[in-house]
Amino acid sequence: MSTPTAQVNIIGLTREVYKGLPTTLCAGCGHNSITNHLIKALYEHGVEPHRLAKMSGIGCSSKTPAYFVERAHGFNGVHGRMPSAATGAKLANRDLMVLGISGDGDTASIGLGQYCHLIRRNLDCTYIIENNGVYGLTKGQFSATADVGSVLKGGTVNAYEMIDVCGLAIELGATFVARSFSGDGKQLVPLLQAAFSHRGTAIVDVISPCVTFNDHEGSTKSYAYIKDHDIILHTADYIAAGTEIVVDYEPGNVQEVEFDDGSRVLLRKLAVDYDPSDRIAALTMLHHSRERGEFITGLLYADTRSQDFCSRERMTRQPLVELGEDELRIGRDAWSALMQVAD
Amino acid sequence: MTVASRINDLTIRVATINGSGSQSSNLVLTHAIFRLGIPVAPKNVFPSNIEGLPTWFDVRVTPQGYTCRSREVDLLVALNAATWTEDVVAVKPGGVVVHEATYPVSGVAARADLTYYAVPFTELAKAHFPAGSLRKYLLNMIYVGVLAELLGIPLDTIEASMRAQFKRKPKAVEANMTAVTLGAEYARSNLTKRDPYRLEPMHGMTDGLMFFDGNKAAALGCVMAGCTVVGWYPITPASSLCESFIAYCERYRVDPQTGERRVAVVQAEDELAAIGMVLGATWAGARAMTSTSGPGLSLMTESVGLGYFAELPAVIFDVQRAGPSTGLPTRTMQGDVAFAYTLSHGDTKHLVLLPATVLEAYEFAMAAFDLADRFQTPVFVLSDLDLGMNAWLTPPLPYPEHGFDRGKVLDAHALSRLPDWARYRDVDGDGIAYRTLPGTPHPNAGFFTRGTGHDERALYSERSDVWQKNLDRLVRKHETARGAVPQPLIEDAGHACAILAYGTTHHAVVEARDRLRAAGYALDYLRVRALPLAAEVEAFIERHERVYVVEQNRDGQLYGLLRQECAPHIAARLSSIRHYNGVPIDAEAIVEPFLAAQDSLAAAATGTGSL
Repeated sequence: MSTPTAQVNIIGLTREVYKGLPTTLCAGCGHNSITNHLIKALYEHGVEPHRLAKMSGIGCSSKTPAYFVERAHGFNGVHGRMPSAATGAKLANRDLMVLGISGDGDTASIGLGQYCHLIRRNLDCTYIIENNGVYGLTKGQFSATADVGSVLKGGTVNAYEMIDVCGLAIELGATFVARSFSGDGKQLVPLLQAAFSHRGTAIVDVISPCVTFNDHEGSTKSYAYIKDHDIILHTADYIAAGTEIVVDYEPGNVQEVEFDDGSRVLLRKLAVDYDPSDRIAALTMLHHSRERGEFITGLLYADTRSQDFCSRERMTRQPLVELGEDELRIGRDAWSALMQVAD
Repeated sequence: MTVASRINDLTIRVATINGSGSQSSNLVLTHAIFRLGIPVAPKNVFPSNIEGLPTWFDVRVTPQGYTCRSREVDLLVALNAATWTEDVVAVKPGGVVVHEATYPVSGVAARADLTYYAVPFTELAKAHFPAGSLRKYLLNMIYVGVLAELLGIPLDTIEASMRAQFKRKPKAVEANMTAVTLGAEYARSNLTKRDPYRLEPMHGMTDGLMFFDGNKAAALGCVMAGCTVVGWYPITPASSLCESFIAYCERYRVDPQTGERRVAVVQAEDELAAIGMVLGATWAGARAMTSTSGPGLSLMTESVGLGYFAELPAVIFDVQRAGPSTGLPTRTMQGDVAFAYTLSHGDTKHLVLLPATVLEAYEFAMAAFDLADRFQTPVFVLSDLDLGMNAWLTPPLPYPEHGFDRGKVLDAHALSRLPDWARYRDVDGDGIAYRTLPGTPHPNAGFFTRGTGHDERALYSERSDVWQKNLDRLVRKHETARGAVPQPLIEDAGHACAILAYGTTHHAVVEARDRLRAAGYALDYLRVRALPLAAEVEAFIERHERVYVVEQNRDGQLYGLLRQECAPHIAARLSSIRHYNGVPIDAEAIVEPFLAAQDSLAAAATGTGSL
């Protein structure tokens, strides 16, 4: 029970409300960390639980919507088809905040087509890829995001080029693409909040080591490998709409990305100069980092001015689900005219 | 030689090349005959091709108003050199051939039992119309004039039909009428009428009727049922259903002030996504549909299983075409009945509606949305190419009498009055539980929709008892639906034998029963209009010595289902008549096997064996 002193967020809810059922994933799984970061981001963002639609496909990642915001509606569909279900849900009720959780198998293999077309449409949703390069529930096969040369637990070496879900997304015209690491909540939480604020498809690829099948020597998605090869582009601070900036920045070191709802994310430069509004630079950077075996994290690309799918389709502001006979049926007079005996 | 006139009783076949622009001519002819008050049934037999392959358009006219295809061609308009010989061979004895004058009337194409009228179509077109893309259209209009003269259709009737046809292009009427007149004058001056076929105005047969195709009617049903989300992928012969829906919505669902739409239609990347969008939308509370044909239905299989098991409404139109595989995309079949009924792995049984007419395409479309909401499950509407894409004469579609039936949905108010609620609990004993929609502002509204094993509260469960209990509840729900889906239509006068059919096969049954009655075999008739089968179906079969199940597929799919569902001694009374050559079934396809069966029964009874 909450006491008068219990901490609440901007809509008066405690952090407890944003929790879900106990996880059934392995202890130490990166996905569990992501779930915790999500709980924090959703709580701090003040998301109304009843407006949240948690969508997922199949796989370890896709189980996680059960582990946060228990009172929100969840949809655990079929393998690789989360984007289409998310599209239908958003079109039916554009007031819902659609949050899709997928994995690397669910996105880059069986669901690659739907992933691409969701991005093309720029449906307003957040799409998190919990990316560990391996199939967990089926006991440790490579996924399509595994790097060439990375090694399975049993010694099998991956001979095939990986699919870079971020590079692909930018290539396809994605309007928000971020990459982070399950172990870096400091960076991930503000990026998630920025993704929630973005109007359009926000892709957040989170490298999330699989402790059971892909955390050994030779894996390029192990905790050790990521820690050694992570290039953090910038630190990120999320500033809600109407909030004053209290972070102290050296001038010239900060880039600001402003979203439709008036919120902003402030990116403080670290190792490299990076402009997340430059699409070609983002692609170049991703290619170079891949060649170097590096793993760059941060807000890779954002275009906050493009139209989302509902707007481009000129859908009415009112959620379609709220419309009744009067708004949807052809009127009696128009009907009679339509049914005039032909020619 | 004088022959008795044959009035208002013939099938005209126009044989042309796809892409040659004969569609307008065919429609003008069809509508002109309709304007004379004569019932007319056009059938377009077209290729899966954009240009160059043969195409045929049959216009059937009967005084009785039969609407099924006829295998007999009385009057051939031959405008395709490639199929000239086979087209002539298909004409029935005593028939007529109007042909391009340059085609050789020789060999098997020279038949003593036919009347030939040679018309120099190409020469006339060259002499009278400037070279260019319009010439081919005008050439086709010449044949309309020739037929008008030969059959007795007044030119002003042709013109009225043309004006309706070219409503948006009044200038085209003049040019086209020149071509029609040219044909009529050529015929008057050069051809001597030597055949018995004539058309005469009729009264009382077509009053109040209009032309409509099944896909458009179904699209209107979707509009009137309040469908707001559509995910679809183009496929013949289902595309025009969604395209019609889009066109109607552009007309009736756009705010004139803001230009905003009260609908969302997505041309999806494939059928996997189309059905995914539908399920996402219905989960969120909208009414949603997709339309497809066999190959698309195959792709939708996995998600349909999710819809069944997670109990999500969906309306799926399957405008059937000839399969398996890519098959014959532009030919018709009732080939997906058994497939759709149990679509998915595991144990599934769906609701399947089987419209036979344009009116039913409209009404069943509306009913499908109510049923999908009431039973929280995918509902199939199995139309076919014949119903979906051909123009049929129909009475006007009636304005819906009822509002939407959204089924058992709990809103925040209802939830606040309930001490407890569980998504999959069978409170009412009918197998149908209560659902909530995302966005419902109540702390108890949320639940986790999943295709995995779940208990009453939608929580993941692998328990055997929970699993089995849930499957049994789904059966209970299916049994409840048995009495809620469109019930069979029955004509039972106590005859010994009967016909059982469904969908567009109906139109051939009507004519076949008339012909068999004339031959001394009066037959009762039951038309199945939905699955699961109504209890009445088994009772009807039991009342008859023999019931002939007629359908348009090779394997007798409904026959198989009936044998499965009826008690063995009742199933033993069933015989199967099947038609599966890709073109719509005709009466002869029923009459012939029926009479053969009677002969063999008689032979068996008298012990004469084979003769």
